[in-house]
Amino acid sequence: MSEPLAISLFSGTDDRLNAAAVLVAGAAALGRPVHLFLQYWALDAFRADRIHADHGLAPEAGAHGQNAVRRLKRLGQAPWHETLRQAKELGGVEIQACTLSMDLLDITESDLDPLVDGVEGVTAFWLTASDGQVVFI
Amino acid sequence: MTITITKTVDARGLSCPLPIVKTALAIRELASGNVIEVLATDPGSTKDFIAWSKATGHELMESTIDGKVFRYILRKK
Repeated sequence: MSEPLAISLFSGTDDRLNAAAVLVAGAAALGRPVHLFLQYWALDAFRADRIHADHGLAPEAGAHGQNAVRRLKRLGQAPWHETLRQAKELGGVEIQACTLSMDLLDITESDLDPLVDGVEGVTAFWLTASDGQVVFI
Repeated sequence: MTITITKTVDARGLSCPLPIVKTALAIRELASGNVIEVLATDPGSTKDFIAWSKATGHELMESTIDGKVFRYILRKK
């Protein structure tokens, strides 16, 4: 159960970000090294001035989904960035921003929330990811 | 045989994956052989704790339910 997990996270809506956070935390709790690679709208969600904002839900959620998510939030479910913060406390979780997506969004490392450990390109990502499982969200 | 509980993790009201994450964090501070008690309300937690115990080697000594509250007793490896 020490197989590394690499997640390429592309999606920027709260439901998909939460799904990714749950996978990260679950793997980290099992002692698996986790590498999270932030691309596109996921990276945008990690901007320091945006991380606490409402990132909406994927289209398939619909009105029913909106209500379900709102209900769970009222029951006290932790937001995805809080789940990730706790997962990082366990150790073995590395969060990297995709350098191409940094260019796309026209941002620098200082624009990102401290949850993000650094910036890397796709080659570095594949080098890390080649040891274990790769998931795209 | 009475079990001495060194630490209790109150994960009631927390959804997956927090009960496991909080337990993993708390168990780090214990010495080997110490016992940790976890209270949870997440229905998925039962299978999660069985899996986590198997993967980490921390023995799941007890898994019970009292009304809506699950109680897990684990011994640190």
